[in-house]
Amino acid sequence: MAHSNWAEWIYVAVVIALLTYVGAEAWNIENLIEHVPEDAEVIKVTAQQWFWSFEHEDGTKEVGELHLKKDHAYKFEIESKDVNHNFNIHEYVVLLDAVPGQINTVWFSPNEAGEFDIQCREYCGLIHYNMRATLIVEDVK
Amino acid sequence: MVLALAKARPVWQIMFSTHHTDVGLLYLVFSLLAMFIGGAMAIALRVELFAPGIQLIEDSMSYNRLFTAHGTTMIFLFLLPSASAVGNYLVPIMVRYKDMAYPKLNAIAFWMIPPAAALVWLGMADFGWYANPPYSVISAPAPAAEMWIFGLKVLGVSSILSSVNFVVTILKCKHPDMSLGKVPLLAWSFLSSSIIVLAAMPTFAAALLMLLTDRLGATGFFNPAMGGDPIAYQHLFWFTFHPEVYVLVIPAIGMMYEIIPRFSRRPIFSHSSGVAAFVILSLVAFASWAHHMYATGMSFTEKTVFMIGTLAAVPASAMHVFNFLATMWNGRIKFATPMMWAVGGIALFFAAGAGGVVNSAMPLDFITHDSYWVVGHFHLFVFGTIAFGTIGFVYYLFPYITGRMYSEKWGIVHFILAFVGACITFFTQHILGLFGMPRRIYDYPEIDSWISMNALISVGAMIILVGMVIFLANMIYSTAKGKPANMEDPFGLGGKYYYPYAQRNPHH
Ligand code: HEM
Ligand SMILES: [Cu+2]
Ligand SMILES: [Cu+2]
Repeated sequence: MAHSNWAEWIYVAVVIALLTYVGAEAWNIENLIEHVPEDAEVIKVTAQQWFWSFEHEDGTKEVGELHLKKDHAYKFEIESKDVNHNFNIHEYVVLLDAVPGQINTVWFSPNEAGEFDIQCREYCGLIHYNMRATLIVEDVK
Repeated sequence: MVLALAKARPVWQIMFSTHHTDVGLLYLVFSLLAMFIGGAMAIALRVELFAPGIQLIEDSMSYNRLFTAHGTTMIFLFLLPSASAVGNYLVPIMVRYKDMAYPKLNAIAFWMIPPAAALVWLGMADFGWYANPPYSVISAPAPAAEMWIFGLKVLGVSSILSSVNFVVTILKCKHPDMSLGKVPLLAWSFLSSSIIVLAAMPTFAAALLMLLTDRLGATGFFNPAMGGDPIAYQHLFWFTFHPEVYVLVIPAIGMMYEIIPRFSRRPIFSHSSGVAAFVILSLVAFASWAHHMYATGMSFTEKTVFMIGTLAAVPASAMHVFNFLATMWNGRIKFATPMMWAVGGIALFFAAGAGGVVNSAMPLDFITHDSYWVVGHFHLFVFGTIAFGTIGFVYYLFPYITGRMYSEKWGIVHFILAFVGACITFFTQHILGLFGMPRRIYDYPEIDSWISMNALISVGAMIILVGMVIFLANMIYSTAKGKPANMEDPFGLGGKYYYPYAQRNPHH
């Protein structure tokens, strides 16, 4: 090779440094997010073609609507009765597949009262486009 | 003329030929046809999504069938065959051999594609191009699903056959005076992508068979009701198809390695860096497949491993970009049509890679996954990078194939429309994803931001459509009536920068 390649080496080193930073930061944040608080209340989420149902710890059941309290921690146990779905509350970055034969868990703590969309984000057939529910966060002391 | 339709010949002579340039021409014509068919499907999808409510497509099942056929067509019937077209034309010439290593096998590999296409197009399966179980096992309507499975099976075999052919042609048939290190980068790209196919494709072949026997009820590999595991399919699928995305992109990079130096009137900045990047990419391609599966409930450790594997693939892609820019840096660049496409493709390649890094960072993927962001991400690759490289290369080969020149003016208009349209469409899709719109939905609720972004995306798609119609007209008109090309130097660059144009492989 006639010409020297130092510029390319520096460039590759910079790229690797940036990627390492992104990776490390992602690792850190994911580690924090995945730590479920002790007092999180369990909500059982069941997906099926093409609606959502929910069961609270005290046994109350809801279909198509989920009522939760502001500033409480909740842990979702998500499963599916038929095909794969994906439980998604976009505003709170809650997103996890509902897979038959397997229970997936994710937690969150809503810090704002109001209504939020729950939607299916994994293709599941005919009415996938309208497999929606509403999260209602209530401000109760 | 190098690549020679030397004189007009009857169609059947080309169809029954096993000569590499004839098979190349068959691949090229078929793949462009598939591009227009797949493109028409995309336009139908975009018209439907232009606004909430029904616009064009009456029911969600038809919409679901269309997006499945669109994706399958573009990946397997447009991108893969168009790469084979270029490889067939140039690889034997570049390694200085008289034909592909196995000419009959070469023709067979091509002729497996149209029947497979018929299965896909007549069946119209609805489960997306990845056919995830248990939906594809217990819910997807027959016989469309079976036809898709058979079609893909045939396409997989075809792809393995043509890869064997490229590997043998390059490794065993290259001229004895030519060391592997001296093989041009375009041929290197085919060597790398073919080796990836050989290592990756058998896994999907197995998964397809398992899917079929599951559908028949004979087995329950992926059916939880029979004790199976649907996630296992996703591992098998992505073990093949993450590497396969590099199979698609690597030949397009190879084409840019052909165009950028010629039109910069300079040798490539570093041949060895290009080779190294291809080799590295072929290896690390296999370390990242489950980045598509963060949301399936993987453990923290698994996610970390696949994030690292994914990030490890980025420097190799970045090396290509550097090589291109360094080549252009002091070049006397001529912005003729092929060069415009190549440079536009590199810009979008960079943007696409940056978006990919966001996806691979695990917490961020929980924002982007299965939203329109992902649709934008991979379209920047499949359209913005791969189709751009390929279309630029079609313009580049045009005079060699037809002996005539396309219209430069309309070639550039085509490029500008496609580039502007792609930016509007695919960058907006990224943002729409951040606003939470899921992919693969037939209709959406009346959320203001979603409505305006969807309209904008559909307008972008129409701009691309106009460009593509111009492309078609230009190709047809110029093939028949274009001015005869100066075969010594069709782009007026000074002939010594060309691939040795005097070489030709006589018909046999
Ligand atoms: C810098 C290199 C790349 C990185 C870091 C990257 C990263 C990713 C990640 C993490 C995903 C998963 C996103 C999700 O579903 O949540 C993804 C999806 C995807 N990528 Fe890439 N990618 C890269 C290159 C490519 C290339 C070269 C292609 C195509 C030629 C491609 C095609 C796709 C496709 C088709 C999907 C979506 C698959 C589906 O769900 O249907 N990517 N990419
Ligand atoms: Cu769904
Ligand atoms: Cu991937």
